[in-house]
Amino acid sequence: MSAAPVQEYYQKLQEEARTKSAAQKHLPRVRVGVATCSIAAGAIRVKEAFEDEIKAMGLEAPVIDTGCMGHCYAEPQAIIDKPGHPPICYGKLDEDLARRLVKDFLVDDDPCFEFAMAALEPNDFFPTFEDYPRGVYEKKMILGQCGFINPEDIGDYIAQGGYAALAKALEQEPEDIIREIKNSRLRGRGGAGFAAGLKWERCRAAESDIKYVICNGDEGDPGAFMDRSILESNPHLVIEGMAICAYAVGAAQGYFYIRAEYPKAIERVRLALKQAREKGLLGQSVLGSEFTFDIEIFAGSGAFVCGEGTALVNSMEGNMGIPETRPPRMADSGYRGKPTVLNNVKTFAYVPAIVRNGSAWFKSTGTPESPGTAVFTLVGKINNAGLVEVPMGTTLRTLIYGVGDGIPHDKEFKAVQIGGPSGGCLPEAMLDVPIDFDSLKEAGAIMGSGGLVVLDEDDCMVSIARYFLEFTQQESCGKCTFCRLGTKHLLDILDAITRGEGTPESLDTLMELAEDVRDGSLCNLGGTAPNPVLTTLRYFRDEYEAHIREKRCPARVCSDLILYYILPDKCSKLCSACVGSCPTEAIYTREDGIKAITQEKCVKCDNCLKACPPEYLAVIKLSPPVLPEQQEGVKN
Amino acid sequence: MSAEVTLTIDGQQVKAVAGEKLLFVALNNGIYIPHLCAIAEEERPSACCRLCFVEIEGLSRPVTACTQKVRDKMTVRTRTPKVDRLVKTGFELLLSDHRLQCRTCPKNGACQLQMVARERGLKLKTGRFKPLAKDIPVDHSPETFSFDAGRCVLCGQCVHADQNIARVGAINFINRGLKRKIGTFNNRCLRDSPCTECGLCVKACPVGALTFKT
Repeated sequence: MSAAPVQEYYQKLQEEARTKSAAQKHLPRVRVGVATCSIAAGAIRVKEAFEDEIKAMGLEAPVIDTGCMGHCYAEPQAIIDKPGHPPICYGKLDEDLARRLVKDFLVDDDPCFEFAMAALEPNDFFPTFEDYPRGVYEKKMILGQCGFINPEDIGDYIAQGGYAALAKALEQEPEDIIREIKNSRLRGRGGAGFAAGLKWERCRAAESDIKYVICNGDEGDPGAFMDRSILESNPHLVIEGMAICAYAVGAAQGYFYIRAEYPKAIERVRLALKQAREKGLLGQSVLGSEFTFDIEIFAGSGAFVCGEGTALVNSMEGNMGIPETRPPRMADSGYRGKPTVLNNVKTFAYVPAIVRNGSAWFKSTGTPESPGTAVFTLVGKINNAGLVEVPMGTTLRTLIYGVGDGIPHDKEFKAVQIGGPSGGCLPEAMLDVPIDFDSLKEAGAIMGSGGLVVLDEDDCMVSIARYFLEFTQQESCGKCTFCRLGTKHLLDILDAITRGEGTPESLDTLMELAEDVRDGSLCNLGGTAPNPVLTTLRYFRDEYEAHIREKRCPARVCSDLILYYILPDKCSKLCSACVGSCPTEAIYTREDGIKAITQEKCVKCDNCLKACPPEYLAVIKLSPPVLPEQQEGVKN
Repeated sequence: MSAEVTLTIDGQQVKAVAGEKLLFVALNNGIYIPHLCAIAEEERPSACCRLCFVEIEGLSRPVTACTQKVRDKMTVRTRTPKVDRLVKTGFELLLSDHRLQCRTCPKNGACQLQMVARERGLKLKTGRFKPLAKDIPVDHSPETFSFDAGRCVLCGQCVHADQNIARVGAINFINRGLKRKIGTFNNRCLRDSPCTECGLCVKACPVGALTFKT
């Protein structure tokens, strides 16, 4: 194949895109983050407010959809790019604020710094994201463009150098690309961390006319949304990565496996594929070369186990989404029995940058064994919840306190749950563990696909373990004995413990069964399902003991082990906020005007505790559920 | 790929053809390994019953014998503390979801679960786990046999017999998770399904789920 036409083809594409983008440079532009999470926070209304007001003011200022910047705590967000000013990002917008920004900034030239989050370029007036602690710790390798470029306009991606890596790759021999990916030591970001280069090499070596490349977007962990965010914010990055992979392994057909619960991601990927075809970046003769590759979308029906490769392939083939034994490996016999590369969304997203900048650049970030960055959804009891990207090897402490700005309301840190239902809970003592595939595994958690939930003193570790186990138990496909029945019994035992019905023997059974389910299950869903139980037993055994021996829930969460009580010396006769808040009329006024709770009527809804004004704080939870009067009686 | 290999199972030298599945090599040589779901003709084993664990030298964890192809000089042990523990737990888990009334069960004496219990010295009791209540009616609709889902271990032997040997396609696995079971299209009773009552599935059933009427 001749190399020159590819570059020529690409240069022309890029010039076109840049000319088009330059034609708008003189106009003020408003970029509104419109991804699933922003929409839930009201981004559509904000966008319409911008549009209406701009029209009303008679301005020419395009309002552009972008994806998610990862600052979930400040949704909805918009970036206003007005010539003569640095681009400025505004957060926590509503319709009124949007209208005001149009009037004050676009018309009157006042950037309203009081509502601004950060500027996007260094300037003399306002700090940039890089000036905040989060900006110092973060390093964006794959999220860099998310929230800034328009995911619905391929020109935006190309103007910023998009698809240059594909053009570069098409001038190389496939073996060279595989060598580069192998040298980069890029590990699969789906959870297990298997070397992507080895997968590709094996698939390349497999003898077959037909090969497939599949992007695993079946993200299903509660609280994880990295893949969705990338697909919604920068779909072309993933498409480019898949195309490079397809060229390297010799595949002509690719698939996006995206769960049907991600309609926005599917919509944007579909549009992106259409635009890529129109530009000659997919289809026959990609970029004018002899390479042919196209991608289709397969909408998965949302079974968690379909994130498992063999189950994913089964569901694509029209069978039940149920895992099979391995080998054969996917790279030898995957979709329709053909050699298949199956990588996570994030794994593909790294590929263009590695091809463009080389493996040495990639390895200069992160740790030797886990190079690159880690993408996390930082959620739970954390001030700045969001989608963050930090170098591998960053400690959990930096991530939680530096990037996430710590725990709200001065509460005490208790644990961090990493890796979703397959991961584990790590305590304070483990906060200095560096985040990489191997260190986390050693600590009992896993990198997983990158969900990270911060827990504070108000969280009960037994309940947390129960919560995640309930999830995996419901998501078990039911094929193998250990997962189908083992997770059910684990859940039953945990249920009993949270109800105060656990026995010391049940703790032994729990431990043994958890280990056996881990070792005996057919696939990784069952193999990792006990991790939340095993890690909480390892690091928070005292909480289990308290539930069992003292019938006490230390965090006062388990409703069978607590009762609500109004402290007579703190309750005010002048206030009856709690009385009105009670849905079951369990609270009454004593003869002396102090309030009290009829325990038999109380449903432990927590309303009275929330209703009691901060100057009194008279409502408390007691665990074990024994009233002070009864305690006295016991002592006597 | 028909090279002969020699391996050692529990100290006994065994000859086999390379690529054969370890479970059947052991069984053919009179070495018992608990198993319910394994089907010799199936290239890709289901490996769902999780009872045929063995330890192989060089592998850190017990593995299922039905998924392992024999290699030359392989050293296998069918009874180790790790193996016994997994088999015991797997067995107890199956029993916790099994209508345990052996005395009234038509398969009493010929049941593979009883075989596992006998060979491995395990009790026919749910042990550490509380029985998961099962209140499924028995399907007596076929003329010649009955299907008691409460005794089914979901091994898939009947599905294989129905689909791949009889080529009828009356039954398959339906539902997911704890609700997974053997069922017919649209969950009809067997008499209203395409079932021809050839009886192959009944003969294939290792437990008392599918039994001939007497």
